[in-house]
Amino acid sequence: MAVCVAVIAKENYPLYIRSAPTENELKFHYMVHTSLDVVDEKISAMGKALVDQRELYLGLLYPTEDYKVYGYVTNSKVKFVMVVDSSNTALRDNEIRSMFRKLHNSYTDVMCNPFYNPGDRIQSRAFDSMVTSMMIQVC
Amino acid sequence: MEAAAGGGCGSGPPLLLSEGEQQCYSELFASCAAAGAAVGGPGSGPPEAARAVPSAATAAAGPVADLFRASQLPAETLHQITELCGAKRVGYFGPTQFYIALKLIAAAQSGLPVRIESIKCEVPLPRFLMSKTDAEIRFGNPTELHGTKVQIPYLITEKNTFKRMDDEDKQETQSPTMSPLASPPSSPPHYQRVPLSHAYGKLRSNTEQMHPAPYEARQPLVQPEGPSSGAPGTKPPRHQASLIRSFSVEREPQDNNSNYPDEPWRITEEQREYYVNQFRSLQPDPSSFISGSVAKNFFTKSKLSIPELSYIWELSDADCDGALTLPEFCAAFHLIVARKNGYPLPEGLPPTLQTEYLQAAFPKPKRECALFDSYSESMPANQQPRDLNRMEKLSVKDMADFPVPTQDVTSDDKQGLKSTADEALPRDVSEDPATSKDSNSLKARPRSRSYSSTSIEEAMKRGEDPPTPPPRPQKTHSRASSLDLNKVFQPSVPATKSGLLPPPPALPPRPCPSQISHLRVNSKRSAQRRPPTQLPNYGDFRLQKQSEQAPEAEIHPQLNRAPSQAAESSPAKKDIPYSQPPSKPIRRKFRPENPATENQDTSTAVGGPASAATVKPHAAVQKQSSKQKKAIQTAIRKNKEANAVLARLNSELQQQLKEVHQERIALENQLEQLRPVTVL
Repeated sequence: MAVCVAVIAKENYPLYIRSAPTENELKFHYMVHTSLDVVDEKISAMGKALVDQRELYLGLLYPTEDYKVYGYVTNSKVKFVMVVDSSNTALRDNEIRSMFRKLHNSYTDVMCNPFYNPGDRIQSRAFDSMVTSMMIQVC
Repeated sequence: MEAAAGGGCGSGPPLLLSEGEQQCYSELFASCAAAGAAVGGPGSGPPEAARAVPSAATAAAGPVADLFRASQLPAETLHQITELCGAKRVGYFGPTQFYIALKLIAAAQSGLPVRIESIKCEVPLPRFLMSKTDAEIRFGNPTELHGTKVQIPYLITEKNTFKRMDDEDKQETQSPTMSPLASPPSSPPHYQRVPLSHAYGKLRSNTEQMHPAPYEARQPLVQPEGPSSGAPGTKPPRHQASLIRSFSVEREPQDNNSNYPDEPWRITEEQREYYVNQFRSLQPDPSSFISGSVAKNFFTKSKLSIPELSYIWELSDADCDGALTLPEFCAAFHLIVARKNGYPLPEGLPPTLQTEYLQAAFPKPKRECALFDSYSESMPANQQPRDLNRMEKLSVKDMADFPVPTQDVTSDDKQGLKSTADEALPRDVSEDPATSKDSNSLKARPRSRSYSSTSIEEAMKRGEDPPTPPPRPQKTHSRASSLDLNKVFQPSVPATKSGLLPPPPALPPRPCPSQISHLRVNSKRSAQRRPPTQLPNYGDFRLQKQSEQAPEAEIHPQLNRAPSQAAESSPAKKDIPYSQPPSKPIRRKFRPENPATENQDTSTAVGGPASAATVKPHAAVQKQSSKQKKAIQTAIRKNKEANAVLARLNSELQQQLKEVHQERIALENQLEQLRPVTVL
């Protein structure tokens, strides 16, 4: 359902970004990049409370006319950004949450791989397949 | 090989189908569509109700469901597939959905996760897919019912295969209820696609409905041995009985293998041994796991690229916990071996490398014998040498590549190469328990040694009594030895000027000669008459003087007079009791000595008998003094010895004195000689 999925590292560089091939990828990259500001804003707003209380799911970052951008932050400040098509009204918040949960689980699996150095680009096929499944659900 | 998606896939990802796949899928679809018109076979259960009037462009749900069920996948997987392919969404099985579903079924059967992305994935082993699709194809002819004559043997073979499938529990209940349509095992698996399609065509012509059993049965038949026996079987495919017979015959020897035809991904016994040894070298406990960092270091030695190693890890670490258990480790190792030998890495973990399979096939390295015997026996002869040789070469190469080959493994390799697996297996197995026993015994021995040693020690400790304390040193006077009287009277010859000799008891001052003479007179007088009470004093004095004089050489002649004083012995003895009261210990020593010396002198001299004579008249007194006599006599001896020593010392000192005098005279002479020169 997602049109674009991105994993941003703590230092705000992308670890993984993938868009549906049909769309102009550059546009999505730009959207993800701009949404990082919103993510930081949300983190700082909630960060005053204890970290434990901070929820990982950030919710809708900002909507555009065509797309909606959702955000999710892990405890290690790794951000997941998802861009979904606005036309897909069937998507509910729970579904988005579940998708983020899947992303997080897959990301954890990638981390468990001893051959993966944190900070590298994610080249895991399992992760790829999982993201593909999320993106292909649209069809 | 890869063609564009056959049929519109809609907005989904392009469905990449090979030519063969395209053909099969389209035929299947057509058959399903056609079958939709006909009723599903009796006893097909639920699909009957689900029979829907198929449209021209859609496959009927009934036959499709039958087809899916025939794929022997669990119901959940089938539901997933239907969801993914979009049929539910669309509401019907269009060509796109059907193709996607078929591909997903193939992927699921090959061990890939049921995801949409599987569609995009390259088929790991075309033949595998083909065989599956062949089965599907067969099933995809649900158009016509078939004679029950095929049914029974079909069911039998079906059950045989069911027993070997992993996830068959669900299917077993279903299969009997399935329409007992025997698919002609017309085309036992071929690796070429053409015969498959040809077989498919034959199947279609036979208009037999697919059935799960032949579908599965095809799987073992996919194994390379199949073609030889299968080919003749396929040619006359029309005869179902013969086909089934050959089919069952073919299948039985292969059933034990497993229904997975992916040979390169199967671990042989030797490889298994090697992997287990390597595991043990990294982690001694076979039931525990290797941490990620340890495994990373180990696998990095294989010099594969990091992305490939990362991918292999992804495949093998099934539970994604960052650690490798023994089956996971074996799978990873095997994948590395295969990769190093040029095999492309699979998209998903092959079934033979999955943890459950490995654990089932290799429950424990020491208990493999039973399973492996059955496996080895069941392995087809044709296939076995080929694959084993291949895998043995793989293993040998691998072991050569890896810098950590063990001697045991190499020896096993050589043995394996020379012999068949049947021989190798029991040998390996025998070696394994032998080594295990050796290790156990080795482990046990030190324990026994330790126990025995402790017991012996304890016994020793208990047996020994506390050692008797060393004998106490006799109380000897170390410091007081100088005062030891015994030494005083010992004839210690080497006497220095300083007088190492124990200084003699303090000598009373020497009496003047007049006194001496006086004493002599007194002694004489006392000898003649009994001296008054003054006698004791005189006696003492006399005795002392006599003792003083005794050691003196000048007085020696006076000593000679002692015998003359024999008469004095009695008064001397009498003096003794008198002399004894004076408490001066020093004098006491001399007192008994003096009378002892006197007694000795008297005894040694003629005065012996005189003393005896004198003794006799004094019988009363002598009784008292008898004891004193003995003491006196011993004292006399000691005194004599001391006298001798002192006499020598005296003589030496006298000589030294003379010498000194002479030197003095000489010096004075020299001085006088010198003086007149200076003095003027």
